[in-house]
Amino acid sequence: MNQPEIWHHWSGYLAAPRYQYSVLAEYYAVRDGVAVFDTSPLFKYRISGADAEAFLAKLFARDIRTCAVGQSQYTIWCNEKGFVLEDGVVMRVAENEYLLTAARPNLRHFRLHQGDFDVSIEDVSKAYGILAVQGSKSGLTLGKLTDAVSDLPYFGVTNTSLAGADVIVGRMGFTGSQGYEIWIKAEDALPVFDAIFAVGDDYNIVPLGEDALMLLRIEAGLLLIDVDFDSARHAWVDAQRETPLELGWKWMLRNLDQDDRDFVGRSAIEAEIANKTSRWKTVGLQIDYYDFERVHRELGIMPPKDSMLAQETHSLYDADRNYLGYATSVMYSPLLKKHIAIAKLPLDKCKRGTEVYLEIVPIHKPALVKANVVKMPFYNKTNE
Amino acid sequence: MNNSNSQTYDAIVIGGGHNGLVNANYLAKAGLNTLVLEARHLIGGAAITEELLPGYKFTTFSYALSLLRPDIVQDLDLVAHGLMVLPMPNDFHVNYGGVGLRMNADAGHNYHAVAEHSIHDAEAMDDFFHMVDRVCHAMKPLMDSIPPNTVSDAAADREYLAQFNDYLDSLDDDLKAQLERFWTGSMTEILDEYFESDFLKGYFSSSSIIGSMCSPSTPGSALVYLFHKMGEYDGEFGSWGFHKGGNGGFTQVLARAFEAKGGTIRLDSRVSHVKREGDTATGVVLEDGTEFNAKVVVSALDPKRTFMQLVDPATMPQDLIQHIEAYKFQGSAAKVNFALTDVPPFPGLEGNKSAFQGFLNIGPTLDYLETAFQDALEGRFSRRPFLDCCVQSTIDSDMTPAGKHVMSCFVMWAPYHLKDSDWDTERENLGDTVQQTIEEFFPGFSALVEHREVVTPLDIERIVGLSEGNIFAGELFSSQMFFNRPAPGWNQYRTPLAGYYQCGSGTHPGGCVIGGPGKLAAAQVLGDLEG
Ligand SMILES: Cc1cc2nc3c(=O)[nH]c(=O)nc-3n(C[C@H](O)[C@H](O)[C@H](O)COP(=O)(O)OP(=O)(O)OC[C@H]3O[C@@H](n4cnc5c(N)ncnc54)[C@H](O)[C@@H]3O)c2cc1C
Repeated sequence: MNQPEIWHHWSGYLAAPRYQYSVLAEYYAVRDGVAVFDTSPLFKYRISGADAEAFLAKLFARDIRTCAVGQSQYTIWCNEKGFVLEDGVVMRVAENEYLLTAARPNLRHFRLHQGDFDVSIEDVSKAYGILAVQGSKSGLTLGKLTDAVSDLPYFGVTNTSLAGADVIVGRMGFTGSQGYEIWIKAEDALPVFDAIFAVGDDYNIVPLGEDALMLLRIEAGLLLIDVDFDSARHAWVDAQRETPLELGWKWMLRNLDQDDRDFVGRSAIEAEIANKTSRWKTVGLQIDYYDFERVHRELGIMPPKDSMLAQETHSLYDADRNYLGYATSVMYSPLLKKHIAIAKLPLDKCKRGTEVYLEIVPIHKPALVKANVVKMPFYNKTNE
Repeated sequence: MNNSNSQTYDAIVIGGGHNGLVNANYLAKAGLNTLVLEARHLIGGAAITEELLPGYKFTTFSYALSLLRPDIVQDLDLVAHGLMVLPMPNDFHVNYGGVGLRMNADAGHNYHAVAEHSIHDAEAMDDFFHMVDRVCHAMKPLMDSIPPNTVSDAAADREYLAQFNDYLDSLDDDLKAQLERFWTGSMTEILDEYFESDFLKGYFSSSSIIGSMCSPSTPGSALVYLFHKMGEYDGEFGSWGFHKGGNGGFTQVLARAFEAKGGTIRLDSRVSHVKREGDTATGVVLEDGTEFNAKVVVSALDPKRTFMQLVDPATMPQDLIQHIEAYKFQGSAAKVNFALTDVPPFPGLEGNKSAFQGFLNIGPTLDYLETAFQDALEGRFSRRPFLDCCVQSTIDSDMTPAGKHVMSCFVMWAPYHLKDSDWDTERENLGDTVQQTIEEFFPGFSALVEHREVVTPLDIERIVGLSEGNIFAGELFSSQMFFNRPAPGWNQYRTPLAGYYQCGSGTHPGGCVIGGPGKLAAAQVLGDLEG
């Protein structure tokens, strides 16, 4: 199934950068078809017990109490100083039971905040596999195996059975296209995988590798830990730490004035809002097509459009060459036919349309190309 | 003179093929109230998708996309209107007896795949493609600008020509030499310098014969090759994709973009002729007598129709008419489209869909191609034709009902002028020949055929209006390219009639789903309007 036979390790599991020779073929399988990403290497936690809701209301910055049974939330957790530790998706599978995914191990952190709450916090990483069935035809594909997904709302969660196995399906994903994530008991994972591929063949289903997922999630405006931000946990100085506001997640704290939760980081975040002390904001950036062409043409070379630019960080300047901030996740969007990026800019440079200059290094020499602040996500068809 | 019932627009574009639509988009974007008149019941011309069998969508004529000028996508905001070009991740070049070469996006893989046939050629491939890339890069500015007028003595024209010559002078010497070879030479002469394997030369030469009455050994074929490599898929020369929903999906995007800019499309509106007052165009008259007025009229049809049908050739300069009469159409391509119950069975790869996600090249060796061409020279279609096939449903599952496939087969050579027969007689014979040829490489193929549609050069002429069925609205030979497309002195989109312009594939840069003619003609129109 893995044609180039390249594997690497992801928290103890094998993961593939791509399964076909063409990353773009996998990318388009999601934008116009269906593909399956093996999300099993994520850390998985079950939080259950009489105080589960109260505990998570303290742990998470986003208000878990608005998440009913059969729903899920994209959420974050912070430290006491209001810096983001991590993000993840939490599903409420029963009145007193939640399932959570996270990129890094968090058991110790969660237990540190357990206090007197009547909850059990278990690592269930090994007990489940997770398949992310993503793509504009993902609903059609799963619809051939179960009736449960047809009217599942975005971020809805349901129990169903696939190929005879009991699974939990949430309508969610990391791609910006329609998608579902399926929690499968480890021992049932293979037959469920085979069943999905059998019905998906009508839509040319393929396995999805990490390279294509990277492109998809950037277009979807979804930040990635260690790429677009660092966890406050292992940072050395505050310059490396970021707050929810700085990461563009103020929407998660929308109704702060109406909720009385004493969540971790609350007072620091409230002070940041009141005193307007955010240092920057995370915004979308679109690189000017014509300027990018011009810079390369003047050097006599073709402008690179192979998806990810090699550099991790690109500096941003104003027209007078004053340093403003930086961009991460700079990529050529195969669908939008433009280079895009995720940028950190001072608050007065975040308005849509603001012109900034991105530093690139064609033929080893810095050059500036025009870019504009744009709405993020760059692409969003999660609800179609 | 004006019919009191007639309607007035700022600009009228005759013909709703992709070039007409591109042109109309630019005019509408500049604020002109623009009308597109299309003879048929659907827009797109040679770039249409039709559901000829319930659930099966056929790219009746053109089927793949590469040459579309990238600036057009940006200028016209086509992504916002649904542009989606699905990449073709593999190429599959086949020989008899289950021998095949699969090329894909991984250079390392391709090296080894080619080395199985010749390690010498695997090494040469890199050098060859880098050379081709450099030539394409040098040519690109010429593709994307209005070519100089070599006939005019006007100071501005001399100056523009001098700039062009300066540009050519500025190129590296080795590039200049290569350009010269591509401009006049044959493809085999270039391939012989790099490659030894006849099987690989067969593969690499396929782009040198597409749509053209030439074999790889005919001088001029190298330019046909180069032209087909000038396309870019995301900055990579020579790579191709399928538009979502076929090339008809692409022209629908153009139509939506045009209408969003306030433009009007009128279907079932065949133009009879251009109206004039003295030496100035004033509008058009439809075959049903309806009149439309405009101070700008653009013909998106081929040069023969532009200069000899839409206007009275007697009113045109006679040297121009002589050029148009001598201009070579001589269509030589046909299409056979299949509805299949499965992907073609290749020995050892039965049921493997991924092998078919790109071009399937049937033309195994140079010998095979030369033999096929000999038939055309003798006035009949090739008994074992070259086929450029695509199974688009392996990439775009919406093209067919679940589990079924469509296969588009582009056929060389099928000369418009048959010596001993005519195309209405030969249509199904051609279909049988194509099917039999595929069967020889893919034993069991015929059993998968649910439906077959044959498109002869005569059908192309009758349905789309491309004279003699030439898919490019005129051969891509150097004698009718650049300075000379469609005629010296008339290569800048203007015509002898003021306000009457041309923007079809018979103008620079030429045929294919490319949009360049439509775009550059619009620049000329808008420049003239500004004065
Ligand atoms: C069989 C075939 C396969 C091809 N395959 C490819 C391919 O895979 N990739 C590629 O890039 N190119 C391909 N080509 C070439 C490409 O499709 C054409 O060069 C291109 O589409 C021509 O576009 P156009 O707008 O210049 O003209 P056309 O598409 O010919 O458009 C002209 C339009 O004018 C209309 N018209 C004609 N007369 C009148 C009138 N009197 N009044 C009003 N309207 C009129 C016609 O109905 C038509 O819609 C192929 C062509 C053919 C025929």
